[in-house]
Amino acid sequence: MLSIRLLIGLFAGLTSQMAWADFTCNMTRGVTEISQGIHTLHMTIFWICVAVGVVVFSVMFYAIIYHRKSRGAVAANFHESTVVEIIWTLIPFAILVGMAIPATQMLIKMDDTKTDSEITIKITGYQWRWEYEYLGEGLRFVSSLTTSQDQIHNRDIKGQHYLLEVDNPLVLPIGKKIRILTTANDVIHSWWVPALGIKKDAIPGFINEAWARIETPGTYRGQCAELCGVNHGYMPIVVEAKTPEEYQAWVESKKGKVRSGP
Amino acid sequence: MTSSSLHHGYPSQANSGAITHGHEHEHDHGPAKGITRWLFTTNHKDIGTLYLWFSLIMFLLGGALIMLVRAELFKPGLQLMDPNFFNQLTTMHGLIMVFGAVMPAFVGLANWMIPLMIGAPDMALPRMNNWSFWILPFAFTILLSTLVLPGSAPNFGWTFYAPLSTTYGPKSTDFFIFSVHLMGMSSILGSINIIATILNLRAPGMTMMKMPIFVWTWLITAFLLIGVMPVLAGGVTMVLMDRHFGTTFFNAAGGGDPVLFQHIFWFFGHPEVYIMILPSFGIMSEIIPTFSRKKLFGYSSMVYATASIGILSFLVWAHHMFTTGMPVWGELFFMFATMLIAVPTGVKVFNWVATMFRGALSFEAPMLFAVAFLIMFTMGGFSGLMLSIVPADFQYHDTYFVVAHFHYVLVPGAIFGIIAAVYYWLPKWTGHMYSETLSKFHFWLSAIFLNVTFFPMHFLGLAGMPRRIPDYALQFADFNRIVSIGAFVFGASQFLFVYIVIKTIRGGKKATARVWEGSHGLEWTLPSPPPYHSFTTPPRID
Repeated sequence: MLSIRLLIGLFAGLTSQMAWADFTCNMTRGVTEISQGIHTLHMTIFWICVAVGVVVFSVMFYAIIYHRKSRGAVAANFHESTVVEIIWTLIPFAILVGMAIPATQMLIKMDDTKTDSEITIKITGYQWRWEYEYLGEGLRFVSSLTTSQDQIHNRDIKGQHYLLEVDNPLVLPIGKKIRILTTANDVIHSWWVPALGIKKDAIPGFINEAWARIETPGTYRGQCAELCGVNHGYMPIVVEAKTPEEYQAWVESKKGKVRSGP
Repeated sequence: MTSSSLHHGYPSQANSGAITHGHEHEHDHGPAKGITRWLFTTNHKDIGTLYLWFSLIMFLLGGALIMLVRAELFKPGLQLMDPNFFNQLTTMHGLIMVFGAVMPAFVGLANWMIPLMIGAPDMALPRMNNWSFWILPFAFTILLSTLVLPGSAPNFGWTFYAPLSTTYGPKSTDFFIFSVHLMGMSSILGSINIIATILNLRAPGMTMMKMPIFVWTWLITAFLLIGVMPVLAGGVTMVLMDRHFGTTFFNAAGGGDPVLFQHIFWFFGHPEVYIMILPSFGIMSEIIPTFSRKKLFGYSSMVYATASIGILSFLVWAHHMFTTGMPVWGELFFMFATMLIAVPTGVKVFNWVATMFRGALSFEAPMLFAVAFLIMFTMGGFSGLMLSIVPADFQYHDTYFVVAHFHYVLVPGAIFGIIAAVYYWLPKWTGHMYSETLSKFHFWLSAIFLNVTFFPMHFLGLAGMPRRIPDYALQFADFNRIVSIGAFVFGASQFLFVYIVIKTIRGGKKATARVWEGSHGLEWTLPSPPPYHSFTTPPRID
C-alpha cells in the first residue's frame, strides 16, 4: 500500500510541474501525401496490434483471475491440439498479409522519385552540418546550427527552437514534386524531416533518393538520425515551404547573395 | 563408473562442501579449496556459477553507465558531460549488456541446468568449458580499460558502423576489436560444448522430442551462435584491416562500401537478437507449466516454432537498414520475411496462454516475472511488427521508438527471463528458499518502473526524438524526465535482487528436492543442492 501511495504522490508531483503545452505523443501527420500515408499505415497497424493484444491479454487475465489455485482451481489435462495450432498459425498469417498489401503499395509509391519531378535538391552531410545544392539553379549553401553554446551549457535561457534552428534553412516550393538526393562526405548521416515523411541515410560514395510534394507552407524541423560522431545531436534540419512565387523570389535573391558574398 | 562413485555427492556431503572419502578416487572428488576451485574448475555447476556472477557484475556495471546517461538526459542542455563521453557511455552500455550481461547469464544457466535436465554427469567438454568462461574476464578487462586509459573509449555505438569506427574511430577501437574477438571465441567454445552435451549425454530413453524445451531452445541458440559469431569476427577483422593495413573494405574513397559493413554486422546482429531471447523462451516454457500445474501446451509446436524463428533469423537482417537506400524489391523481401517471424512467435505466446488457461495458477516470484515477460515481450513484439512495415519504419528508424522497442524485448524478455530462472532454480542450486516477500517487492518495483522507463520512449520516438543524442529539443523534456526517474528506481531496485540472492546463498528455509509443487523434470529428482557430480549413473527415461 505504502509503495502505491508513494507512486501516486510521485506522479502527481511530476505532472503538476510539467508544461503540457507542447505535449505530443504520436507521429505527426505531416504535410505531404507520403507522410500522411505513413501516418495512416502507422495507425492501422497500431490498432490491429491493440486488437490482437486485447484478445490475447483478455484470455490471459481471465486465467490469471479465475484459474488460481487459491480459488480452488484444479488443473485441466489438455496439452495439445493440432487443429488449434493450425488455426492460430493461419489467423496471424492472414492478418499479416492484410497488413503487407497497403504497406507494399505505399512503398512502391515512395520509391518513384523520378516521374514528374520538378526540382532536384542534392543534400550532402558533413560532420556536423548539411549542404544543400539546388541542381540546375547554380545555388549551393551550407546550413548549420545557430543555437548558442551559452544556451547549450545552461548559461543562457533556451529559445523556443532550441537545437532545431539553423542559419540557412532549406527553402522549398509547395505543390511541386521535389526530388531529394542524399550523400555524405565523411561518415554516414541521415536526413530526417518527420513532417515530410523522409528519412534517408546520407552515405559517402552513395546517392540515395526520396521525394516530397509539400501541401502547406510552413517551417518544418528535423534532425540527423544516424550517429555521426561527437556533434551528432547538433546538426538540425529546417525546411521552409513557400508558395512557388515566394520561392522563385527567394531563389533570385539568394543567388545574388551567394554571388556577391565573400 | 565404479559402484563406489554412487556414494559420492549425496546431499549431506554436498551440503558440508567436502566429500570425506573423495581422495580415494582421483577421478571423482569434491570441489577443491579456495581460489583454485574457481580457476581450474571443470565442474559444470562451478562454471555455471562463475558465468552467473560475472553476468550479474556486468549487469550492474552496464546499468551504472546508463544511469549516468539518464542523469545527463534528465533535462535539456549539457550539464554533466561532453557529448563524446555521452557516446562512450551509450556504446559501452550496449556492449556490456549484450556481451557481458545477457549472453553469459544464459550460458551460465545452460551450464548449470542442461546436465541436470538431460541426466548427464557434467558437460561433454569440461576443460574447454573452463577456458570459455575464463576468456571473458580478460575480454572485458580489455574493453573496460578503454574507459580509464588516456584517449576516448569506443564512441560509435555498439553497432560500430563504418566509417565512424574505421577512418574516424578512436585509438581504443583496436582494444574493442580484440575484446570482441575474445568474446566470440568464448561464445563459440561454449556453444560447441552445449551442442556436444545435448547430442551425446542425454540419459537413455530421452529422445530429442522428450527433451525439456529449455534444452531445445539452447540447442538452437548454440547453432545460431556458431553460425554468426564467425561473421562478427570477420567484420571486426575487416575493420582492423581498414584501420591499419591499408584495405578499404568500407571506405568509399578506396572503392569500398560503407553499407557492406552494415550487411555484415546485421547478418550477425539479427540472429544475435534471437540468441538473447530463445533461451528465455525455454525458461518460460519450464516456469509457466510448473506454476500452472499443467503440462506445456503444444510441446512439438514449441520446438518447431523455435526452429522456424532460428532459421528465419538469418533472413531478416536488412530490416535494420531500410533507410540505407536498398532497392525496393530488397526492402519488400526483408519486410515480408520480418513479418513472417510474427507467426512462430505468436504461436509461442498462444501456447503459453493456453498452458495457463484452466490451470491451477499460483504466483511465486518466477511466475510473476514469467507473466510480466509474456505481457511486455508481446508488447515489444507488437512494436517490432510496426517496425517491420517499411514506410512506417522510415519514421520510426533511429528514434526512441526503436529504443523503446528493443528494451521491451530485451529487459522483460532476456533480463526478466534470467531473473525468473534464478528465482526458479535458486532453491535447487543453494538448497535454500529465497524470501518470497522480498522477491515480490523486487518484482513490483522492477515491473512498474520498467514501464515508467521505457513506455514514454515510444512517445518520444513518435514525436521525433532521435536516438543517441546527448541533448534534445524542449518539447521532449517532460517525457525524458519521467524516463530518467523510472530508470533510477529500476536500477536501484536491482540491488534488492543482489541482496536476495546473497541472502539465499547464506541460508534460509531448506528446499525440498522438488522445490515447487508443480515441478517436473530430471533436475527435481536430485536433492537440493544437487551433488557435485550430477548424475553419476544415468537415469532411465520411459
